Amino acid sequence: MDLSFTPEEQAFREEVREFFRTALPEKLRAKLRAGHHVSKDEQVEWQRTLNKKGWAVPHWPVEWGGTGWDPVRQYIFREELMAAPAPEPLAFNASMCGPVIIQFGSEEQKKRFLPRMANLDDWWCQGFSEPGSGSDLASLKTSARRDGDFYVVNGQKTWTTLAQHADWIFCLVRTDPSAKPQRGISFLLIDMKTPGITVRPIITIEGGHEVNEVFFDDVRVPAENLVGEENRGWDYAKFLLGNERVGIARVGASKERVRRIKLLASESRHGNPPVLENARFREKLAAIEVELKALEMTQMRVVANMATLDGKPDPASSILKIKGSEIQQTLTELMVELAGPEALAYQPHGADGRNEPAAAPEWALTSAPNFFNYRKVSIYGGSNEIQKNIISKQVLGL
Amino acid sequence: MDFDLSEEQRLLKDSVERLVADKYDFESRKRYGAEPKGYSDALWTQYAELGILGLPFAEEDGGFGGGAVDTMIVMEALGRALVLEPYLATVVLGGGALRRAGSAAQRQKIIPQIAEGSLKLALAHAEPQARYNLANVAATAKRDGDGWVLNGAKSGVLHGDSADLLVVSARVSGDQTAENGVALFLVPADAGGLTRRGYATQDGLRAADIDMAGVRVGADALIGGESDGLAVVRRVYDDAIAATSAEAVGAMQRALELTVEYIKTRNQFGQPIGNFQALQHQAVDMFTALEQARSMAMYATMMTQEEDADERARAMAATRVQVGRSGRVVGKNGVQLHGGVGVTIEFAIGHYFKRLTMIDAMFGDADHHLGILSDLGGLLPAA
Ligand SMILES: Cc1cc2nc3c(=O)[nH]c(=O)nc-3n(C[C@H](O)[C@H](O)[C@H](O)COP(=O)(O)OP(=O)(O)OC[C@H]3O[C@@H](n4cnc5c(N)ncnc54)[C@H](O)[C@@H]3O)c2cc1C
Repeated sequence: MDLSFTPEEQAFREEVREFFRTALPEKLRAKLRAGHHVSKDEQVEWQRTLNKKGWAVPHWPVEWGGTGWDPVRQYIFREELMAAPAPEPLAFNASMCGPVIIQFGSEEQKKRFLPRMANLDDWWCQGFSEPGSGSDLASLKTSARRDGDFYVVNGQKTWTTLAQHADWIFCLVRTDPSAKPQRGISFLLIDMKTPGITVRPIITIEGGHEVNEVFFDDVRVPAENLVGEENRGWDYAKFLLGNERVGIARVGASKERVRRIKLLASESRHGNPPVLENARFREKLAAIEVELKALEMTQMRVVANMATLDGKPDPASSILKIKGSEIQQTLTELMVELAGPEALAYQPHGADGRNEPAAAPEWALTSAPNFFNYRKVSIYGGSNEIQKNIISKQVLGL
Repeated sequence: MDFDLSEEQRLLKDSVERLVADKYDFESRKRYGAEPKGYSDALWTQYAELGILGLPFAEEDGGFGGGAVDTMIVMEALGRALVLEPYLATVVLGGGALRRAGSAAQRQKIIPQIAEGSLKLALAHAEPQARYNLANVAATAKRDGDGWVLNGAKSGVLHGDSADLLVVSARVSGDQTAENGVALFLVPADAGGLTRRGYATQDGLRAADIDMAGVRVGADALIGGESDGLAVVRRVYDDAIAATSAEAVGAMQRALELTVEYIKTRNQFGQPIGNFQALQHQAVDMFTALEQARSMAMYATMMTQEEDADERARAMAATRVQVGRSGRVVGKNGVQLHGGVGVTIEFAIGHYFKRLTMIDAMFGDADHHLGILSDLGGLLPAA
């Protein structure tokens, strides 16, 4: 057992860090540090910068734009990316739909979609959840009926993140209503410009627009857009969800938040002693750092084991989502505590005419919205309750 | 020991709850929030008609002679519906300063106007640099002939943007964090030299930052003595802690009801999700948190009468700790049990979560009060 990185790995880390130091626009870095979302244009521009360097989709096969890095290097890259902090390559392209097409798609689909995905020429979104099918995803109802060379899609998806920006949506659709729920599902790629698609915003509690409802009304989708085999979509979806295991803990992002909180808390504001001088606050932060370190080591164990387990999930990987989300949420809460009374003002972007600017810094004004918004991380991608069900069944055998 | 309400109190509770149930469903609240002031003036008039605006004030001043329990009853009912109107700002905070320290002349002039709903108040005490230190007052008041001249900045003044009359604290003497030397003044919101920047708060209420540059007021503007304003503010904040704790309890109660209703009717895996024990236990945690908070809200209500400032401070700090923590449990679990819809603006639960979070941040969060309590030696003596 050797927990240190090799000199080569350290040199690699330096190289990555240096790249982010020079290539990441300062405006973007500042925006993320202040707790803001990046715009579509900023995301696209940044992903193209990464792609030019050959780093937009490091974990893809080399022939499709990947890097050939081993899991440790991929891990280091992700960590430095989040530490910068820089926007992550759009997950729907890079970690969700891309790998599915690589694994199960046809040659034509790979050629047609993968390069554009890596370069974010096409923005993808994920059409899995439906109003009646959240945790129980396999009960989904959106139907795709074969009609000659087309599928005719009817139904509704919901919670579709950033569908308002999307050019394409990858959907789970029901192609065999008579089969057992998991057996009658297919994985279909749909052009968002197809007639019959309507996107309606859902506003989240802090006032943001990141999710949408997507309605399908007799949407005709060329049959060539089916990924893999008909009625095997559930397997592909499971592959997709399993793929995200390592990234999902977002250790690098939480480390960045801890560093940020420490910096802000060590500054004296308005001539007051820094909040970090308050032992209670310090101890709370330290306690989170302990949890985060433990999670980081767990994640490293999972990463290191990936080579030996040959694709089979490590039982330890199942805690990454739960712990990772809890830590992220606690950090947003600490940020609210740090902001104190300055967290009070609500400053929507694009004032509605009734609001004048409050005299609080950006990071304080975004603290409560982020705290509210981050309740989502224990709900999406398989809620923490569902994660615990899986662990108790699959790991503990209960 | 008697936790029962009197006949009168029960009537009060029924009538406020009925008004709120009739007028304050989720959709109506959205409409009120979109009105120019961020709340409904029509409802304000109804509160006046119901008699709750004059409730805690003495009858000889034009009030209804209610006590702390009456305020608790009203605040709990308002909390259930996340009421937007400036009841806390006008009656408990601004009005509270008058009730606790105003001269007979001041009370008799202003309180009838509060009671009839024609005058709204706000308490402008907090300053940008103060964080949760109530003694940190940099705004100044200087004698000017018969009257006073005020200078300085106030921040996060709850409903300060629509108030007609502000109760403003300012330092007459002593350094910036001295306990003595702060005075309270009645300042009309349209006074020359006073500017307000109003904004929505995270929970959908309103607040304002206020600048005073050479604001002149008369001798009769001074509330109480020119050196003991801070003691008044502390007293009023203690009243507000009791009141907002009751408000939080009302909000928690409704949040729990909404959550239980939701998990009984939301189906996944072919059954109501309320069948899953993992969720049942989280709902029970919400219930436990609520009842613990309810008990402390009652305790705080009782302790507003305590004349020993240290005893009162302990009780209020303890209450804030419990209510703050309970609010988090109820808010977070409530959202979590709703799943995705819990984080949307269209479902009420998220609004309860936000209000509960902001009540915690308002007069010092739970951890801040835990610090106060532990510095005061906790509640029980060593033995
Ligand atoms: C901000 C956000 C972004 C999202 N983005 C996308 C996206 O881009 N694409 C997409 O397809 N989906 C997306 N989702 C949907 C997300 O995956 C679902 O919200 C999630 O699967 C939960 O489903 P639900 O919201 O219907 O909640 P429900 O399934 O109704 O769950 C409600 C509650 O019941 C609990 N529960 C359910 N079943 C059980 C059980 N068996 N045992 C114990 N507890 C249980 C849940 O944990 C939760 O607490 C997003 C969601 C959010 C909030």
